[in-house]
Amino acid sequence: MANAQLPILEARNITKRFPGVVALNDVSIQFMPGEVHAVVGENGAGKSTLMKLLAGAYTPDEGELFFQGSSISFNHPREAQEVGISIIYQEFNLLPERTVAQNIFLGREPSRYGVVDQRQLMRQTQAVLQRVGAETMISPDAEVKTLSIAQQQLVEIAKALSFDSKVLIMDEPTAALATHEVEILTRLIHKLIANGMAVIFISHRFTEVFDLAKMITVLKDGQHVATVAADAATPSQVITMMVGRELDQYFPELARADEIGAVALEVVNGSNAKLHDISLKLRAGEIVGVSGLQGSGRTELAQAIFGVEPFTSGRILVKGTERPIKTPKAAINLRMGFVTEDRKAEGIFPNQPLNDNILAPVRALQALLRRIKRFGTAEKPQLVLELVQQVDVRTPSIQQEVQYLSGGNQQKVVLAKWLASTCDILIFDEPTRGIDVDAKASIHEMIRDLAQAGTAVLMISSELPEVIGMSDRIVVMWDGRISGELPAGAGEEAIMHLATGHQESHRTAVPEPRGEGTLEL
Amino acid sequence: MAQLSTIGQEKSWRDRILSGLRSVSPIYVVLILLLIGIGTQNPVFLEPSGILNLLRRAAPLMILTAGQLFVIVSGGFDLSVGSIMSLTVIGASLLINNDPTNAWWVILVLFGIGIVAGLINGALVSYLKVPSLIATLGMLLALRGAGLYWTGGAPRGYLTDNFRAFGRGWLEPVPWVERFPYAVIVLIVVSAILIYLFHYTNLGRQLLAVGDNPRAAKLAGIQVEKMRIVAFAVSAVTAVIAGILQGGFGGVNPDAGDGYELQAISAAVLGGAVLLGGRGSVPAAIAGALALEALFTLLNLLGLPKPLRDAVQGLIIIGAVAYAAFSGRRSR
Repeated sequence: MANAQLPILEARNITKRFPGVVALNDVSIQFMPGEVHAVVGENGAGKSTLMKLLAGAYTPDEGELFFQGSSISFNHPREAQEVGISIIYQEFNLLPERTVAQNIFLGREPSRYGVVDQRQLMRQTQAVLQRVGAETMISPDAEVKTLSIAQQQLVEIAKALSFDSKVLIMDEPTAALATHEVEILTRLIHKLIANGMAVIFISHRFTEVFDLAKMITVLKDGQHVATVAADAATPSQVITMMVGRELDQYFPELARADEIGAVALEVVNGSNAKLHDISLKLRAGEIVGVSGLQGSGRTELAQAIFGVEPFTSGRILVKGTERPIKTPKAAINLRMGFVTEDRKAEGIFPNQPLNDNILAPVRALQALLRRIKRFGTAEKPQLVLELVQQVDVRTPSIQQEVQYLSGGNQQKVVLAKWLASTCDILIFDEPTRGIDVDAKASIHEMIRDLAQAGTAVLMISSELPEVIGMSDRIVVMWDGRISGELPAGAGEEAIMHLATGHQESHRTAVPEPRGEGTLEL
Repeated sequence: MAQLSTIGQEKSWRDRILSGLRSVSPIYVVLILLLIGIGTQNPVFLEPSGILNLLRRAAPLMILTAGQLFVIVSGGFDLSVGSIMSLTVIGASLLINNDPTNAWWVILVLFGIGIVAGLINGALVSYLKVPSLIATLGMLLALRGAGLYWTGGAPRGYLTDNFRAFGRGWLEPVPWVERFPYAVIVLIVVSAILIYLFHYTNLGRQLLAVGDNPRAAKLAGIQVEKMRIVAFAVSAVTAVIAGILQGGFGGVNPDAGDGYELQAISAAVLGGAVLLGGRGSVPAAIAGALALEALFTLLNLLGLPKPLRDAVQGLIIIGAVAYAAFSGRRSR
């Protein structure tokens, strides 16, 4: 019946630009009522931008949206919600200190004589909770902060229903749910579409995409690649559509076999709240790339190794000796360095001069009352000057506060910071994020130079070309685990297969040995 | 700025002098203007003995401010210092018990009490994650209560002369100025130690890093919790020293230190410290304290009533922070 109908929501030739990037380029998609439509793509493909455009959080630069056949535009998400388009973000929009009822009817409370009609509010909340099948699970007067993630999600859905939404957009709805909770959500989504609702969701989990969706839209680099019927495509085909890009960037040469030395770092069965059974070896002179989609545990892996959020079980061996690494200081003491993803929040001291930024880890290992050398250490008094030349920071002076440097130069300062502490194990998390092309290439070269000088490098990146272009070995993560390891030069497709928890050409077969993992989430 | 590529590029003399002047904290200019103002009212104040008197009176606040700066720079406040000062005075009068030979061990005990209070402040902030404003406000009330309980509500005992010498004694004969206050000697020694610790050792740089970006500090291997505790301990030690000087100067008074915590914070801000941490200088903070004291003297000379002091102090805090925020925004 759905096919005979008009699309309930349609994007026609939508383009959205952000400074320096075209997030969506001439994208047209139709969403049918009574259907589940999945949107898939790599990190940065434009999925979130599309969702936000549909929900009125962004306005398109070009193109039009049609709702039930008529052109619409929104100035505010509230307008989209009133029309009947609701969105549920990964981070819920609920007020934790308020009750379920207050959240669902926020700003629309039924009133009598100018005051909130509590009885009516409870009745209406009860009714809408019933529609999501949660009336026995969730009390209307429970405070939201006391609810589980799954229950909060149901409250969000109930809120959407209370607006009589005809389109429900969900961003990674199952990311934080346990198996039985996913089942509850699946049943609910089936019920919603049976009533004619259109459900659009983003997901990285192919099991669910193929279980739930009728249609699948693939985005890549802001382009609409294809929209296919789920039962007419295989996961492999979808992955092929998600990837496949020319390696047009220049990358330095990979390591020769004789440049790779002894094992510098080994993790054996490392686990903590977010990581499961991680085993990994890192050799001197080698760059190991870590790939994985958002939420796969990439950054958590780096944080665990570096003692920020340490492993709670398993062992870490540094140059063959077992070492407990419970704090970053312990890691630095073992000559490890960590170039973090979020420079501003974790990498730099914005108000401090360049030289104090660079010398911070060196000084952290020294006695508190030791007299400082301004531009270096007792052994190397000119250390900072040398490093600034080596990594080529463009600065008027090494006394310059780093807040006044450009992003690329700040990143070089962060790198110099670890060079100063003479690391021989270096972890990079998104080393070139938000950096312009020129600076990118020079950072890539520096990373390779370090490896050639005998540093063991672990490089986390969400950019497949970077991982492929730089890595001597590629470790792929999925769902807090290492889902596989690939040799240098592996293709994007092979990586995406592992990164989506899906192994080649097993459409329905349960991948071994991680079958339970697949079902679990 | 980023396009300038060469490091250590030769600048013209004019540029150097200009940038040198710009990097001088405005507090020194303010201080000089205030001293000139005092001089126009009564030139006697600018004679060596007048200056020494001003320094002697300002010494407790100057020392206290230098200690407070350690906490402010690391991203906190220490409101408990005033009540540590009061408790020092009360404790000294009760423990010395009119026997001058007790003074020396009593001073050690007072430092012990102060350090313990500072360590508790630091532990509350570092490990229990109590915001420093609340933790030290609690400490302020607790110590004030403890002090009052100890004295039974009224000042008792008196301070022996050897104890009071630190605050009101003079070294004589001294050439040129004839006599030199012990308080100023204490001020010079303590300031020198704190300037050295803050500006010439690892400690200061790590405190700045913690206040500037605690997350990055942790990832650079700095023990953020330990650094915060050290900062509160330093502040508490300066409070005990300030208390000893104040006791010598003013005698037994159960609220000898009341209000000093806010004066110290205002003075540090006047000296260019940023209230959320990451920026500050000990000499400038000390100059800020002296400027505040000079301002009070000037207002006094101008015949303004005492309550106006508090009002002016409030306006200064607002003005200084607004100025810092404004100039910070402009330079970005």
